[in-house]
Amino acid sequence: MSEPRKPVKQIHLAAHFPGVNNTTVWSDPQAGSHIEFSSFAHFARTAERAKFDFLFLAEGLRLREQGGQIYDLDVVGRPDTFTILSALAAVTERLGLTGTINSTFNEPYEVARQFASLDHLSDGRAAWNVVTSWDAFTGENFRRGGFLPQEERYSRAKEFLATANELFDSWHGDEIVADPATGTFLSDAKAGAFVHQGQHFDIEGQFNVPGSPQGRPVIFQAGDSEEGREFAAAGADAIFSRYATLKEGQAFYTDVKGRLARHGRTPDQLLILPAATFVLGDTDADAAELAREVRRQQVSGATALKHLEFVWNRDLSGYDPDGPLPDIDPDLGEHTLARGRAQVRMYRDPLATAREWRELAAANKWSIRDLVIETGNRQAFVGSAETVAHTINEFVQADASDGFILVPHITPGGLDVFADTVVPLLQERGVFRTEYEGTTLRDHLGLDRPAARSGSAAHGERAVAS
Amino acid sequence: MSSVPSSALPSSSPSSSVLHLAVALDGAGWHPAAWREPVARPRDLLTAGYWTDLVTEAERGLLDFVTIEDALGLQSSHFTEPDGRTDQVRGRLDAVLIAARVAPLTSHIGLLPTVVATHTEPFHISKAIATLDYVSTGRGGVRIQVSARRNEAAHFGRRTVPSFRVEDLESPAVQELTVDLFDEAADYVEAVRRLWDSWEDGAEIRDVATGRFIDREKLHYIDFEGTHFSVKGPSITPRPPQGQPPVGALAHDTVTGAPFRLLGRSADLGFVTPHDTGQARAIVASVRAEQDAAGRAGEPLHLFGDLVVFLDEDPAEAAARKERLDALAGYPYTSDARIFTGTPSQLADLLQEFGEAGLTGFRLRPAVVGHDLPAITRGLVPELQRRGVFRHAYEADTLRGLLGLARPANRYAAASAEPAAAAADAAAGAVTTV
Repeated sequence: MSEPRKPVKQIHLAAHFPGVNNTTVWSDPQAGSHIEFSSFAHFARTAERAKFDFLFLAEGLRLREQGGQIYDLDVVGRPDTFTILSALAAVTERLGLTGTINSTFNEPYEVARQFASLDHLSDGRAAWNVVTSWDAFTGENFRRGGFLPQEERYSRAKEFLATANELFDSWHGDEIVADPATGTFLSDAKAGAFVHQGQHFDIEGQFNVPGSPQGRPVIFQAGDSEEGREFAAAGADAIFSRYATLKEGQAFYTDVKGRLARHGRTPDQLLILPAATFVLGDTDADAAELAREVRRQQVSGATALKHLEFVWNRDLSGYDPDGPLPDIDPDLGEHTLARGRAQVRMYRDPLATAREWRELAAANKWSIRDLVIETGNRQAFVGSAETVAHTINEFVQADASDGFILVPHITPGGLDVFADTVVPLLQERGVFRTEYEGTTLRDHLGLDRPAARSGSAAHGERAVAS
Repeated sequence: MSSVPSSALPSSSPSSSVLHLAVALDGAGWHPAAWREPVARPRDLLTAGYWTDLVTEAERGLLDFVTIEDALGLQSSHFTEPDGRTDQVRGRLDAVLIAARVAPLTSHIGLLPTVVATHTEPFHISKAIATLDYVSTGRGGVRIQVSARRNEAAHFGRRTVPSFRVEDLESPAVQELTVDLFDEAADYVEAVRRLWDSWEDGAEIRDVATGRFIDREKLHYIDFEGTHFSVKGPSITPRPPQGQPPVGALAHDTVTGAPFRLLGRSADLGFVTPHDTGQARAIVASVRAEQDAAGRAGEPLHLFGDLVVFLDEDPAEAAARKERLDALAGYPYTSDARIFTGTPSQLADLLQEFGEAGLTGFRLRPAVVGHDLPAITRGLVPELQRRGVFRHAYEADTLRGLLGLARPANRYAAASAEPAAAAADAAAGAVTTV
């Protein structure tokens, strides 16, 4: 039986401000500040000039440490997410503004009013990437102190998001009358009333930010675990995923989209947007050569040793990065060497990884630095603009994703060449917008305004309950 | 920008005869019926354009800064609890986000959003205000406030606050509560300030030869331990352009003295509410005593008098406007601050009198922002300029510069900095305000 021809999908593109890991090449002469507002404004304007869906900011609430010292080889430091996004709303008009905000070291009332405020101040362009954190290390900077048992992090995140949604929905949109003649400002004294009683939050009162243009910010989820996928399928609008290769991307896409029906949702209600790095050149060969150079910039000898420590969980500072891998085995105790990094948890069997890496290094005559470069992540898209445009479109049409969140390796100009060369080719193919069609981020992503607020019946209930 | 770093301005120069001027922005204005005036824009209060227009107008008048009111609950005419009213402005936006939204569209005026210390995280607020300072290139600050409202505590569910009324303020239980809240706020400011200093200037070295992005010797744990929280540090955000963005607080004379103690311990800017020059002298003396007790005798601490203002060219018209608004509101508007009705010239007289009593500036609360803010910028300011007590142009690019506050040394660098390094830091500080 032949399948009906699939409609051509429109690609969604976003720009991830370069982060605090070794993907970002700060040593390049073109690299600018990661803190000054001018860098953020440049980056956002490029993304908006290219008609991108949104800009994306990651989060980290404690500076990373390794061996008991602040990690100094990567970019260190970043500004406050809400403050930067609100300032960016002043220098852009249509670009979505996505912030990663932790559900562990915040409270729903404050985060909801920050996102609702951002949505007002940007005329409907706010999005929230909901992440969780459990480590006592980060908790040392916060009132609640340090910990959340790992199994509780998704239950807190779920309840945090549900509570925030109750707050967003607590205004129905028509309460502000502001009629000077009658003197009626609010149509309802109970506007914003809410009651939430749960395992993590027991709060009640009145939310003080009236309904924002999008009703709720667009919700992103970034986790990859079974719980993370279910969390996304149940309530997210988009997933920031890690699978930027065709096969892995398709598997993830099929899995997650397949979960939606169980939650009463349709496949177009959850977008899959993997993070993707890129290197462009005049020809494919030029790009491949440049990509190799960039990988060497990303992994200095010192960085290579530090990355080996993620697996070995030992101080390897005495080793020569241009020499062979250590003969000693990894320390299998609790991983305490590198702190504030999710990465170390990827190596579930350090002994096996170490054995495999020694064999690889021996077979290829690789030094420590060669090995880290060769086994590390390759750039997702490498080639001429034509090749990269073709590949991106192919991935999206083959349902490996709905688009990509692009991560340049140079701040703030690393996106410019993509905007200038790849985007026009995608536009020529008719798979990427040439103008913004709507004003809100939900418009750009093809997402409906959140379904029916609970309406007057539920409102009455809340009013009674409060 | 001028070639002279603002921090180099001598703080004692002509400023002894010069007044500092700020406006306090809150919704449609401070009178509860302000939103009903034809000049008001009550349907725009939640838009960026509204706030941009207000701050731009304040900047047109060369004011030192604006403060932006905020709270973690709906506005209320009652002191300690919601009032359920529907005839006044209810609902607002987060003040830090408003300040950040306006920052790139203005160039000289300082921005002091209100932050409630009681229910928020010093770590988050420290980086938020540092970032406000970056996006405004050195014009950020913060106005710290406490919340004793039971309903606001219930929005967070982390602590309970007893129910009380304004008449109970001097009861032992309420005194204990307010002392605790203000002392916590002082801890909060201390943690925020340490976090601002937790990166020394020049910590970002980008040393390609050694592969080091930062000199980690210039990053510091703050190890703050207080009764209500502890914070490890360092901040995730480098030291802001001003080093220490100015911290302000509104404080009243109470039995416990806790609010004035907060000013003495923690503030660069105190907002106080004398109703006459005698009270002004007494308040100034009390706050200076708290400053001495906190060991900050030599440090600059501005004391700004708060006044609600109704300004018109005809004093009778200003008084009539208040009466008309009171009638609309259904009750006579009262305030912790003195309510002034009159002409710009009469207000200038009053400000100069208060200035002689030791106040260094004023935070004016426009009764109707659409009317009284332009009356300040286009009426009062020219009058003060004629009298030679207000600037004719912005003389500095940072808020500290406008206030005559030097860029402070970093508390963590003091021990190790050599003179050459300190000079380089000062230069770096000037550069970051470009």
